[in-house]
Amino acid sequence: METLAQLHERALEAVRHAKETQELDDLRVRFLGKKGEITAQLKGLGALSAEERPAAGARINEVKSAVADAIAARKADLEEAALSQRLAEEKVDVTQPGRRQGKGGLHPVTQTLRRMESFFTAIGYDVAVGPEIEDDYHNFEALNIPSHHPARAMHDTFYFDATTLLRTHTSPVQVRTMEAGEPPFRVICPGRVYRCDSDLTHTPMFHQMEGLMIDTDVSFADLKGTVEEFLRVFFEKELAVRFRPSYFPFTEPSAEVDIECVMCQGDGCRVCSHTGWLEVMGCGMVHPNVLAASNIDSTIYKGFAFGMGVERLAMLRYGVNDLRLFFENDLKFLRQFN
Amino acid sequence: MDQITMAGLEVDGAEPVAEPFSGVIVAHISACEPHPNADKLQVCTVDTGEESVQIVCGAPNARAGINVALARVGAVLPGDFKIKKAKLRDVESQGMLCSEKELGLSDNHDGILELVASAPVGQDVRTLLNLDDLSIEIDLTPNRADCLSIAGLAREVAVLNDLVVTAPAIEPVAATHQDTFPVNLEDPVGCPRYVGRVLNNVNVAAESPLWMVERLRRSGIRSIDPVVDVTNYVMLELGQPLHGFDLDQLKGGITVRRAQPQENIELLDGQTLTLGEDVLLITDAAGPLAMAGVMGGEQSGVSQETRRVFLESAFFAPIEIAGRARSFGLHTDASHRFERGVDPALQELAVERATRLLVDICGAEPGPTQVHEVGAHVPVPATIALRAGNVKSALGLEIADDEIQRILTGLGFILDESEPGEWQVKAPSWRFDMAIEADLVEEIARIYGYNRLPVTQPRAALGPRGKPEQRVTTAAIADRLAALGYQEAITYSFVEPALQQAMFPKEAGIELANPISADMAVMRVSLWPGLAKALTHNLKRQQDRVRLFETGLRFRKTPKGTEQIAMVSGIATGSRLPEAWFENGEALDFFDVKGDVEQVLSLVKGVEYDFLPGRHSALHPGQSARIERNGKLVGYIGALHPSLARQLDIKQPTFLFELRLDRIVKTQLPAFKTLSRYPGSTRDLAVVVDEETPVADLMNSVREMAGDDLESLTLFDIYRGKGIDSQRKSVALGLTWQNPSRTLTDEEVNSLMDSIINTLQTRFDAALRN
Repeated sequence: METLAQLHERALEAVRHAKETQELDDLRVRFLGKKGEITAQLKGLGALSAEERPAAGARINEVKSAVADAIAARKADLEEAALSQRLAEEKVDVTQPGRRQGKGGLHPVTQTLRRMESFFTAIGYDVAVGPEIEDDYHNFEALNIPSHHPARAMHDTFYFDATTLLRTHTSPVQVRTMEAGEPPFRVICPGRVYRCDSDLTHTPMFHQMEGLMIDTDVSFADLKGTVEEFLRVFFEKELAVRFRPSYFPFTEPSAEVDIECVMCQGDGCRVCSHTGWLEVMGCGMVHPNVLAASNIDSTIYKGFAFGMGVERLAMLRYGVNDLRLFFENDLKFLRQFN
Repeated sequence: MDQITMAGLEVDGAEPVAEPFSGVIVAHISACEPHPNADKLQVCTVDTGEESVQIVCGAPNARAGINVALARVGAVLPGDFKIKKAKLRDVESQGMLCSEKELGLSDNHDGILELVASAPVGQDVRTLLNLDDLSIEIDLTPNRADCLSIAGLAREVAVLNDLVVTAPAIEPVAATHQDTFPVNLEDPVGCPRYVGRVLNNVNVAAESPLWMVERLRRSGIRSIDPVVDVTNYVMLELGQPLHGFDLDQLKGGITVRRAQPQENIELLDGQTLTLGEDVLLITDAAGPLAMAGVMGGEQSGVSQETRRVFLESAFFAPIEIAGRARSFGLHTDASHRFERGVDPALQELAVERATRLLVDICGAEPGPTQVHEVGAHVPVPATIALRAGNVKSALGLEIADDEIQRILTGLGFILDESEPGEWQVKAPSWRFDMAIEADLVEEIARIYGYNRLPVTQPRAALGPRGKPEQRVTTAAIADRLAALGYQEAITYSFVEPALQQAMFPKEAGIELANPISADMAVMRVSLWPGLAKALTHNLKRQQDRVRLFETGLRFRKTPKGTEQIAMVSGIATGSRLPEAWFENGEALDFFDVKGDVEQVLSLVKGVEYDFLPGRHSALHPGQSARIERNGKLVGYIGALHPSLARQLDIKQPTFLFELRLDRIVKTQLPAFKTLSRYPGSTRDLAVVVDEETPVADLMNSVREMAGDDLESLTLFDIYRGKGIDSQRKSVALGLTWQNPSRTLTDEEVNSLMDSIINTLQTRFDAALRN
């Protein structure tokens, strides 16, 4: 007859050989269930003396719990193994590219404009836009450029008829802003402008951003501070900046602004025509006639205005060597800025 | 050079006035003998100051007694041409006598260069002619007409360096006879001052002196004859354009008047122009002689036969000259100066200077200088009040009173100090750009130096500034399209008329009067023509998958005038996903692009957009939709019409969309709704309807009948094929209801489903599918 020890050994042997958790459940029933083989041993206790009975019962219970522990341990092992196998099966090559839509992006001119706008809106400038088909009054007359003024020759203007044209600068937006509101003004006017000129360094359309500040106490020194700081934050560099007297009918005094060449650090190169300087913008104190045209009292208010070419700044910032690329919309060019 | 640039007279460049050469000296021809073996050559004995050398020369003007430029043996001429000892037809030549061309001074190769008798023999020619010099080109802004002369530039340089200018000594030249020629200023507004002088016995055959020819050459003006040279020279020196008429060709007298309509003039350059009444003319009894301030006429100019010259030195009002030359495609030294403003006090001085030169060079005999003036129309220099305090507030720096006075006085202004720090400033007659105090401030700042002025930051009130939350920005739309794989393009606002016409046959684009080229001649009525061009540009460059978008204005003629509306537009072609391991090469279709547009429109909260079957001349009739918001047209979406695709040589399905930004910018604030704690009820519904039934209509009916508790409605399947009539489709919808305050009963939901089904059966002849 099989001894308890032999039964114990057989049960453990069966647990060791179990391959599935279901098999373990069956073994639990077979050995430990109500009618299980080990449970059945308890029935034999009745044949023993009262002195022997507790010790024998305890032995049977020990075997029972040892087998239960073995089943639990084996189950944990099997689950662990199953998880490991699943993890191994579910492994992917993480170096494989992600599944996604193609990359899109913003035009470098838009990116440049947004950066420029962010610097000015952060110090309280509003962004204003206006029509691109303009009238002669807003593009010229209100800016102190009467007809036959020689300065009109500086603007190669596209006309529709004698009084309708494509704006040659975004200054008319400044005029419209002043007409519509009350000083003080702090405004920037980004947008497309048009000049009837096309060669290596000119496209018939380009972008400008002009700025205007009108208040009771604004000086040329403030203009210098605004422009210099803008150029330094734009190029993220402590650049040399110089102001050269120039002429714009709508500002007096007027200045052109040069920066130290960002390509050669001022040593002289092809980009700066070996001068070490790059002309980047025009600016000046708003001409009293311009204020008067918009009904602003120039004895109380004065201000400054500045204007710059967005493509020019983008070219210098990113090292683009051909202006025309901005309007060819070649994906190979555009994607370089994504 | 930096100094004048920084004073506002921008130096464009500086070039050596002569090409490099060496070993050329002043030499004297002491004797000339014919060459024994050649008719055209001469054998010259030339004195170099140290020795006598024998030179063989072919120039017709080589003769004994003149000073010439001798390239000695060892000299190097322009073009690295080395002079060696040579034998010409058996006669030895120890060097070469040079023409202007051989020295790189001009193109003149008619004979050898004759140097003045006073030139010291033996001196280097470069030293004699001051050739180791630079010619500086200055790009003047249009306000600085006063610097269109050497005298004007000298004035600037002097004040910048606190020096005194030495002006050329110009004394009146006494008349030697009393001949005059009548002048009538019929249009004194256009011409208030006219100084004339008759010069007799002018020897036009005389040669202009080398120094004058050389100075003209350095200014880019070719020597013509002494009369023209002198007028050009005085213009460069003083800034006064002059004109010399052949007096014997003039009839009656000079009248300065406006052109009659359709009046013709034949100009010096040979072309005949038909003029309008806005043109000022110099005429005589026979007709027009010159376009005032622009160009002289063909008939009346100085020629080889001229003996008597009538010299004109006039002031023409800038506004009467401005733009006239340009309107005829002309641009002359005179028009450039007159339209910017010539000093109205300069005419007599210029006449005296020119007379002196013509007397000296051509032996001219001057008559009296006659000044014709209508004083009322001569510009009066501005008198401007200036306060030191205003200079300070404008520049942000206090400039000492005596420094202000020094600068302005140096520039020719006359200051009258009414109180300390307050002046009445009278502008000099040559400054047309002075009218207000700011003009004076600029002069002070310019000479003081812009870069010496302080740098400060403006001060302004620091109030928080609002930004409307119920507005979708163009930037947000652009960012979303970029995230959806679209690349932003910027195309020209003017497009090719033929392409636009093909896409929009009913729209007349606004035409430019002066387009830069035929393919950029009309303003775009849509962003599509430009995007289509950009797409084909890329397709031609092996980019098969292109998705572009653009924002910008489109321009239309409307009965109310020009309409300029901002649009956002896109174009897409190629595979649905970029070429990759996960992509199976499926081309994108209408619903991909519609999905992208829906993603953009989802930026606008709380608004439903309707996509309705629509027709558009540029789109495939079966794949195009109007997009509406509350019945208002927002835009279009669809497949590029196959016939346009063929025209554009696009061989793959291409989709376009365009939305009006003004109709999608207004959005709503998020509206909060209490979350329901009760479970929702879900039902699926599949109905078979006619192929022609739009699913949007079906879904609208479902929504209408489903009651307020409908939480979501999704279209999860459309099936066509086996088991369904070929003219019909099966549409499967998922519905979820949820009430905020209780659990809906099955009976309630079932009754809603019944009314939905009944409605669909009635409205769409829908059959329930099992």
